[in-house]
Formats: sequence, structure tokens, C-alpha cells
Amino acid sequence: MSRAAQVSGSIRRRLIGQLVLGSAVLAAVLVLLVINLARNVAQDTQDSILMASVTSILDTMTVRDGEISVDLPYAALSMLGNVSEDRVFYRILADGQLLTGYDDLPDPGAPGREGGYVTAPYAETEIRMATAERRLSVGGTPIMVTVSVAQTRQGLMQTLAQVSRVGGAVGVGFFVLAALLAVLTTQSGLRPLRDLAGAVSRRGPKDLRPVKGPVPQEMAPLVTSLNSFIDRLRYSLSRSEDFIAEAAHRVRTPLFTVRTQAEIALRRVERPENRAAIKEMIRALDESSRAAGQLLDHAMVTFRTDHLEKEKVRLDELAEELVDRLRPVADLRDIGLSTQSAGNPVVQGDAVLIENALRNVLDNAIKYSATDSDVAMRIGQQGGQSFIEVRDHAGGFPEGALHRMTERFARGDNAGGTVGSGLGLTIAREVLEAHGGRLTLENKGDGACVTLWFPAS
Amino acid sequence: MRHAVVPGLVIAFWTLFASALHAYEIEGELRVGDAAADTHLRIISTTDIDLFEPLLAAFVAANPEIAIDYVVASSAEVMKAVQSGDRFDLALSSAMDLQTKLSNDGYTQPYSSAATDLVPDWGNWRDHLFAFSQETVTLVISPAAFEGLEIPQTRQDLIRLLRDHEDRFRGRIGTYDISQSGAGYLFATQDARASESYWRLSEVMGNLGTRFFCCTSEMIEKVATGEIAMAYNVLGSYAAARTDLAYGIRIVELQDYTIMMLRTAAILRDAPNPEAAGLFIDHLIRAAWGAGERDYYPFPRFPAPEGAVSATRRPIRLGPGLLVYLDGLKRRAFLSEWRDAMRW
Amino acid sequence: MRFLLVEDSMTLASAVLDRLRLDGHVVDHAPDVEQARAYASAADYDLILLDIMLPDGDGRDFLKSHRLARNETPVIVLTARSAVSDRVSVLDLGADDYITKPFDFSELEARCRAVLRRRGGGASTVQRFGDITFDPLAGTLCVDDRRVSLRNKELRLLEIFLSAPDRIFSKPKLVDRLFSYDEDVSDNAIEVYVGRLRKHLAGSDVEIVTVRGMGYRISRA
Repeated sequence: MSRAAQVSGSIRRRLIGQLVLGSAVLAAVLVLLVINLARNVAQDTQDSILMASVTSILDTMTVRDGEISVDLPYAALSMLGNVSEDRVFYRILADGQLLTGYDDLPDPGAPGREGGYVTAPYAETEIRMATAERRLSVGGTPIMVTVSVAQTRQGLMQTLAQVSRVGGAVGVGFFVLAALLAVLTTQSGLRPLRDLAGAVSRRGPKDLRPVKGPVPQEMAPLVTSLNSFIDRLRYSLSRSEDFIAEAAHRVRTPLFTVRTQAEIALRRVERPENRAAIKEMIRALDESSRAAGQLLDHAMVTFRTDHLEKEKVRLDELAEELVDRLRPVADLRDIGLSTQSAGNPVVQGDAVLIENALRNVLDNAIKYSATDSDVAMRIGQQGGQSFIEVRDHAGGFPEGALHRMTERFARGDNAGGTVGSGLGLTIAREVLEAHGGRLTLENKGDGACVTLWFPAS
Repeated sequence: MRHAVVPGLVIAFWTLFASALHAYEIEGELRVGDAAADTHLRIISTTDIDLFEPLLAAFVAANPEIAIDYVVASSAEVMKAVQSGDRFDLALSSAMDLQTKLSNDGYTQPYSSAATDLVPDWGNWRDHLFAFSQETVTLVISPAAFEGLEIPQTRQDLIRLLRDHEDRFRGRIGTYDISQSGAGYLFATQDARASESYWRLSEVMGNLGTRFFCCTSEMIEKVATGEIAMAYNVLGSYAAARTDLAYGIRIVELQDYTIMMLRTAAILRDAPNPEAAGLFIDHLIRAAWGAGERDYYPFPRFPAPEGAVSATRRPIRLGPGLLVYLDGLKRRAFLSEWRDAMRW
Repeated sequence: MRFLLVEDSMTLASAVLDRLRLDGHVVDHAPDVEQARAYASAADYDLILLDIMLPDGDGRDFLKSHRLARNETPVIVLTARSAVSDRVSVLDLGADDYITKPFDFSELEARCRAVLRRRGGGASTVQRFGDITFDPLAGTLCVDDRRVSLRNKELRLLEIFLSAPDRIFSKPKLVDRLFSYDEDVSDNAIEVYVGRLRKHLAGSDVEIVTVRGMGYRISRA
């Protein structure tokens, strides 16, 4: 009945995967941002120190005795040493002519009023150079002095490497934390789904109450659909049972009317041939009615075995009740019904079906039994199985036909005039098979012995 | 212990010549170790051979596969030698500014080892320069010349003393000719940076007809003989090492401040034997900064924290600031000012 | 006996009424729950036959209110279904028994008897004829101080005879009432039971007389 669902992927895995991937991307972006920011900050810091150095040199440049004088301040270069242990280069030009410093420093480009920065290869490495210029008047002639201060970028790179390491570590930490959170979040996020699945799968097959427990908003449509599905299922189930009941009513009531009228007619008719005809008619009506009943029984059995509801059923109590119920009928023909039970034969099953099966077997036994005979029932356990054995003294099943006795509509050859559709044993067999048991037929002494076997519960 | 004996391998040359082979002048040369050794470590240094020989011998004893060619030159010549492209492994110099410039201009290579961690931060520049000595720059006086006078404790004292006893000290004061001596120039510029009193002192010294010398040893000897009464800005370590002159000189560390010079070593960029050079750096650093005194270490050892922290002893800071006074314009301006002050 | 039949199908109801009246019972018919309530409160019935599907309500509602009103009259439910669940619900609501339509009237009689017997019956059901005392519910016959338990067919045969003493019952009529239609018996099968009854009645002043060519009747000697 419960067919395994077709599985395609896992929300949990997909969620975790996406969240982890997202975390990785975020972590990478974070690391890149941090490194970029650090690079900018470090570069800005270096630039501002370089420019401070340039400015401090420019500030000492004066014109003295018609000559440009430079008093290179000690701090101009030592301040660079305070920040990093980088190599330092400088150059002072007057109208493009070297005043002092490293003549081979790269071209500063157009420094502009605010000064300019350039990163260029120099001295087998890379330098950052700040340049600013100022106009001095030497004897009325304007002279442009240009001061460049440069520094290698080793300290910067070290800082960056350190920031990258820290950033990387933070990124990895962030990622690990986020991945961990992703797993936890997914677990807790999917808990309502698991709870719902658990709550639904723990239900018995006949438990068709709507799902009532509170669920997160996102699951409300699912639960609503589920509940509406349950409603439809319940409606359709009750419709099926109602239909069977209604069909029984519709078929049997007119049969009953006709039968009753026939019986009344029989009481008023004297001529034997007419009486025989009416009797034949009543018998035919009985057979139709019984056949209709058994067909409906069978429909009911089929329906219920499709939705088998298992509960504890005490076989001895069930048999006793049924015997009480059938005793007036048996009494009519002075047939003795006896039950004898041993042990504690409890089985898991549908009491309605089991009763139906046993009633069909007992009906048969009573029907085929002669007046003043006995039908004996024995209830017990054997080899872990529970059983109900029904024995009669009605001559037994025809030899060689035992195996097909429970086929639909098969009837024993000895049925003679006895009313019966032959469906009874089929119903009993189907009920037992639905319960994982079996029905055995055999002849014992002068009668039939039908046993209903139930598996160990 | 493995090499208990290093027999007769020490050959000294004590020559002073201008070689056509060299673009620089050397003052002495020494080979220590087996001439047939696999590796010949070439060191150019400003430190005198007799001061350094025991330390070199100890290194060779510990590393017999290495022989050392030790060349002594003035700091300016060391600079020249390196720039000339003659391939030395190591440059050892007391001229911190020149060493800094060598390193800044890319003539050195970095090195690090367990030993380099022993060097305090202020004694290590960029893992290129490693300080291996701390030497005070002091006043050396002749006790005889100062008889009856209070020995000055600060530059203020000294200025006052010189003004008060102009006759006694006229022509009897010595200091470096900083236009000739790299060390003298370094000390003078650091002095000028450290205190305004330097210029006043210079003027006073200039008024008294100060005499200028090329080197510490000469000044010490003159003080010892009493030819001059005092020598200003002299390496205390040299003075202390001259035990033969101990009776005639007295070393005074001025209390307002005392500059400390650091000798530094650097492995040169084009060093033929950088590994051996590294071993030598380690050897040097362990002797200077390591635990326990080594008798072959020729310089006074100051406990590292005191060197760094002491209020009066100020190690000259390694770094790009030292490049400032090497600038041509700056140097010209400084020398001109100094000459004005010294009336030279 | 006095029956109340609660059944909405008129054709079926009239057939049942005719059939029960043939056996000499008094039967009232109520076609819906409302009239059923009116009948049930107006008269005492020995038994109520109740259909479940009624136009103005469920027979089970009547059953519930009937029991709530402490009306002790036994109820047999007529149902077209045979499922246990129905049985359980009607029995739980206070029905004494149920019978599945269509039914054999002899089965109905048997069930009525069983229900009345279970309820302890009333003294009125005990019949005296001559010097015999017959209790159809207990199924006993007392002759002098001898008490005999009658088997079912004997009991019913005696009941038929005593319902009209001195009236002649033909063999076919007796067979009709004694045997169900799926029992293929000859008219002579009745002789076995007449023989047994005579044996039980021996020593009393009541006898079953054979009327040659006509049948049997019961009469006092």
C-alpha cells in the first residue's frame, strides 16, 4: 500500500549547499573587500607620509644670495623610517636640473598643484613616489622646484600580506561559522516539515482528522492542501461505504417485499403445483437476495481490505458473539452450535472483516447441515498461529474439488437445493489473506472442516 | 673542541698601499684560516685587525672549512669598495650612515636566522643591517691637564669650563676633522641633531683653536702624551682598549647625553658565499648580543635594555634619517656651518 | 403478540403487516419517526420492529429517545445492511437485536422469542390448555409435575396448534410454517414432530388428533 516516494534531491542538501555556497561567496567578497580596503588605507597612509616628507622638504627651500638653498630636514626621511623599514629615495629638481638626490628616479608625470603619486619600478623593485612642486623666484626669474620622495613598497606588501592572512583567516572563520549556521538553520528550518511528516505517518490508516498542529506560515498552504485532500479522501471513503449500504438497501428491500407477498400467497394457495411454484419462487428470491448480500459483502470486504485497519481482536469473544447472533437461526432447524476456546487468541485485524469471514463460514455450515445435527467451533492457537475451526456433519466437500472451493462462485456439488452463491468461502479466504493468514478446507469424518488461520500477532 | 688547534694559519699583512687593482684604498689585510679551505669569506671592515683578530680566529676554529680574507679600510673606502663592484661577502662598518645608504641603495641582501632575533629592534634595519657593537662617543681628557679643575659632566659644564680657562685649553683641544672622517661627521651631525649646545660648544672650541685629527687613536695618543688636554667625540671603546695609555687618559661620558655608535654588518648583494656570510653574521651577533661573554669579543657589552632605555646613552637610530646628512647639499651646508663655527 | 412496525416503504410494510396478521399477531404501522413516537407512547407493545432509514430521520434517533424515555419495549432493528459496525451501533443505542432484510418470518419469530425470553417475558405468555402448561418463551411444557424442554420445532409446532385449539391444520400449512423454504422437505416430515409432541403429551388430557385426509388438530380428551 505505502509506495515509496520518488525521491529527487533533498531540500536539506540543497539548502545547505546553497547556503554554504552563498557563505563561501560572501566570505570571498568580504576578504576581497577587506584586502582592497586595507590596500587603499595602507596606500593612502604611505602616500600621506610621502607627501608630508615632500612638503617638509619644500618648506625648507628658500632663495638665499640668489641661489636656491635646500636644508633637507632630518625628519623628512626619518619619518619614513618610523612607519616601515623601507628603502627611501628622494630627488630635488630645479627647472628640471638635479639639485640633489637620486637622479635616476622615474618621471613623476604631471604632479599638479596638489602633488601627484606614481608607482613605478626602480632599484630592482617597485617604489611609490610622491612629488610636489613649487615656484621660487630667483633674482626675479621664476624657477620651478620639484621634490620627489619615494619609498619601496615592501612594508606595504608586508602589511598587505598580514592583512590578507588575517582577512583570509577571518574569511575562513566566517565561512566555517556561516556553514555551521547554515547546517543548523537548515536543520531547525526543516524541523516543522519533519514533525509534520512524522505526525502524518504515525497516524493509523483510518485516522482522517485534519492536521491541527501549528505550522510555520510557509507550510500553511501545504497543510491546507493536505487537509483538503484528507477531507476529500474521508468524503470519498464514506461515500464508498454509504454506496455499498445504499446498494444493499435498494436491492434487498424490493426483494423482501416480493418475498413477503409470495409467502402470503403461499398461505392462501392450496393446489400443490401452485404451492411448489411459489416455493420455487421464494427460493429463487432468497438466492438472489443472498447473492446480492454476498456481492455487497464482497464489495465491502474488498473495500475494507484496501484500507485495512488493524486493531486487537479477541477471536473467542468475536466467535461467541457471532454464535449468539446465529443461534436463533440454527435453532430453527435444531442445529446445535458449540464453541470451545483455549489460550488467548488475539489477532491484529479488522473485526468487521473477520466477523464477516467467520459468519460466511458458519452460514455455510449451518446451511448445509441437516436438522438435528451439530456445528462445532474450536478457537485456539497452534504454532504461534491463531485459528478458528468450524466443523459440521454435512457430508463434507466433494473429493477432488477442495482446491477450487474458494474460487468465486464455486459451489459444492452436494449443495443440492440449498440456497447459496458460493461466494462465502471466497470472502472468507480474501479476508484471511488480507490479514496475512489463510483458509484451509478439509473433510473430517462425515463433514467439512474449515479453518481460519491468523498469523502470530 | 673539535678544532682545538688552528695551527699557524694566521698570516698578517700590515701594509698600506694604493693598489692599481683597487678603486679604493685599504689599510690592512689579513687571512685567517686554511688557505686551501673550500670557502673564502671576503670581509671588508673598518675595524682594526688587532682588535678583531681573535673573533675571526674563533670563527675559523668553529668553521674550519671556511677561511676569511679580512680587509680593513676607512668607512668611505668601504663604501667605495662595495660600489666598485669588487665582490665582498660582508661589509662591517662603524659608519652607520654609509651602511644605511649601502643598504638603501640596494647593495645588501636580507638575512635572518635564530641569531638575528637576538638583536634588539633598533639594532636591526630591514634584516639587512645588524648592529654588533654599542660604543659610546665620549670625551677623553688628560687628568694632568685638568688638575685642579672639576671634570665636566655635561656639555654646559664643558662650555663654561672652556670659557673660564681659555688660556689653559687654547690649542689643546682635539676633535675629528669631519670633512675627512666619516665617523667624525656622523658624530657631529648626530650631536647637532641632539642638542643646540653642540653649536655653542663648536664656537667655543673654534675660538680656542681646536686641532683636527683623522682618527680616534691619534687623538688618544695625543691626550696620553699631554699634547692636547682633551679630545671631543672620541670612541670610548678605543680609548678603553688602549690599556697601555690608561695612566694618561680618562674617559668621560657626558651626562646630558652620550651618543652610542653601532657597528653594523651587512651581507652584500653580490656576496659569493652568502651562506658562509650568514654564519659569520650569526657568530658576530652571538658574541655581541648572546648570553655570556666571549673573550674574543673586543667591544664593551651593554646590557641590551640599558642600551635601549638609558636616558643618557642614545644609540644612533638606523634608518633613512641617516641619509639626510649624506645628501650632497646638506653635507656641504653642514660642513660650511661647522667650519664657520670651528673657524677653520 | 402486539407489534409496532416502523417502516417507510408502504408496499413492504403492508406485506409484513399481512404476514404477521396471518400468524394472528396484532400489528400497528408507523411510516415515520414522528408517528412511531406517537404510537409508542399511546400503547403498550410487546415488540417494536424498527427500520433504520426513515423519511423524517434516522431510526437510531427514535431508538435513542425511546430508551431515554425509559420505554422498556424491546426493539428489533430491520436493516438492509449486515455490517458489524451497524449492528454495534444499533445494539449500543439499545436495540435488542437486529435482522437483515430480507428475512425469513420464521427467523423473525425466532428472534422475537429469543428477545422476549432474554427480557424475562411476561406471565401472560404462559398458556394453559387442559392440564398442560406451555411456556413458549422458556420453551417448556409441564404435564402434571413433569417439565419437558421442547426442541425448537416441537415448540413451534405446539405453539401453532395451541394458537387455535380444535382447528385442523393441514400438513402443507404446517410444513410452511415449520420449515424454511430452502429446506426441501416432504409434507410427511411433519409426522416426525407430531410423533415427538405426542410422546411429550402422554399422560395429559391433551392430545393431537389425526384428521384423516385433512391434517391435525389439538384438543382435550
